[in-house]
Amino acid sequence: MKTIVRRDLLLALRRRSDVATALLFFVIVASLFPLGVGAEPNLLRAIAPGVIWVAALLSSMLSLGRLFAADHADGTLEQMLLGAAPLGVVVSAKTLAHWLVSGLPLVLIAPLIALQYDVEAGLYGVLALSLLLGTPVLSIIGAIGAALTLGLRGGGVLLSLLVLPLYVPVLILGAGSVEMAAAGLSPEGQLLLLGAMLIVAAVFAPWATAAALRISSE
Amino acid sequence: MTTQGIRWFWYASPQTFFPLAGKIARVCAVLAVIFALAGLYVGFLVAPTDAQQGEAYRIIYIHVPAAWMSMFVYVVMAVWAAAGLALNTRLSFMMVRALAPTGALFTFIALWTGAFWGRPTWGTYWVWGDTRLMTELILLFLYFGVMALQAAIDERRRADRAGALLAIVGVVNIPLIYYSVKWWNTLHQGASVSFTKAPSMAATMFTGMILMALAFWTYSIAVAMVRLRCEIVETQ
Amino acid sequence: MGGYAFYVWGAYGVTFALLAIEVYLVMKRKRETKA
Repeated sequence: MKTIVRRDLLLALRRRSDVATALLFFVIVASLFPLGVGAEPNLLRAIAPGVIWVAALLSSMLSLGRLFAADHADGTLEQMLLGAAPLGVVVSAKTLAHWLVSGLPLVLIAPLIALQYDVEAGLYGVLALSLLLGTPVLSIIGAIGAALTLGLRGGGVLLSLLVLPLYVPVLILGAGSVEMAAAGLSPEGQLLLLGAMLIVAAVFAPWATAAALRISSE
Repeated sequence: MTTQGIRWFWYASPQTFFPLAGKIARVCAVLAVIFALAGLYVGFLVAPTDAQQGEAYRIIYIHVPAAWMSMFVYVVMAVWAAAGLALNTRLSFMMVRALAPTGALFTFIALWTGAFWGRPTWGTYWVWGDTRLMTELILLFLYFGVMALQAAIDERRRADRAGALLAIVGVVNIPLIYYSVKWWNTLHQGASVSFTKAPSMAATMFTGMILMALAFWTYSIAVAMVRLRCEIVETQ
Repeated sequence: MGGYAFYVWGAYGVTFALLAIEVYLVMKRKRETKA
């Protein structure tokens, strides 16, 4: 499993532009909102959790296409399908590498975005934690969609449509946790649910993704 | 026992099921009209006016049955999807395709009638925080996703199997819709109909709802059967 | 309808209109595929 993670990370580093694009997209989307809705501080502070989370979602949807595309194109995917390693493990490894490259940077950059929105200092922790728990879930669940839409023409947009209903609960919990904290209440409930979601997704989703890969490759 | 086993796989062939589907469609279409007329009669002319909500509550006779159908059709669709993936029977995948549009329609109807019921009764067409509304909206997108995915894949076998997998993955949403009212009490009113306790509404209202539910159910079967026959002919 | 006419008929009207459209589309498809 470690070898797959390392290999994917190396590949990603070689194609730095893809990685940077997703990150830049996140920053740009989040920066567009103040321009669109006006710079009223109270308004910005109120919408910040939602905007940041939606930007993270969109960035994730954008980068998902990369998850299997390269391997599909050069035939490595077929080898993985025939290989000895359980496909679920391979999928988990690839997803982990994908998250390290596309999700984790979002978690790290988010505080800077929050600064733009004049979010209270105390909320940074909750925001970062919610993203830390939530972005892996997005990658793991998104992988199912990426596998199902492998090689299709409508690709990216179709992937977004498929993955959107599955993403909505994560968005609600993630943004909700920060909003709870902003209102002075405890974000524990949402964060625990996010954590539970992460565990359940990490255990079950790889098998769905593996099945989807087989379906897409026949 | 063996005879029944043979019969099942015999009917699993689309060719053989074709005439039976037609018969079922005709019978259910007639039943749907009868149930609907009965349900509307009971709902409008027999059941009393609600003390708090006035006549507006009468929307319940289509809202609740439509919501029930939206969930029920999805589960049935997911079962056929699982059957298709497990047994590799063409008919199973065709049933998925036949059911999806009707399920999506009932989901939309549930959302629409819910909004029109919500506005006069609780002051608003829609609330973004309510879990039941959210999960029902998610259900609509799930239906669309299955249909879009199948439409986007040219190769029939892959389209069938991909759509089926997506349908099964999405099934986790159904318990969420069902229990969302119990777990989170925001805008949508608590469940007043349960399968174990006696319903806490007037008996006539309950009868009206059940009759409309039966109407929608037989309607769904009729429409799905006709669609299925079209699928069978088209994939010759 | 006790003043709620818009809502009740709005709900019922759209519902039955949509169901009618679905039936129409399905019957149209049936005619075209078996023609």
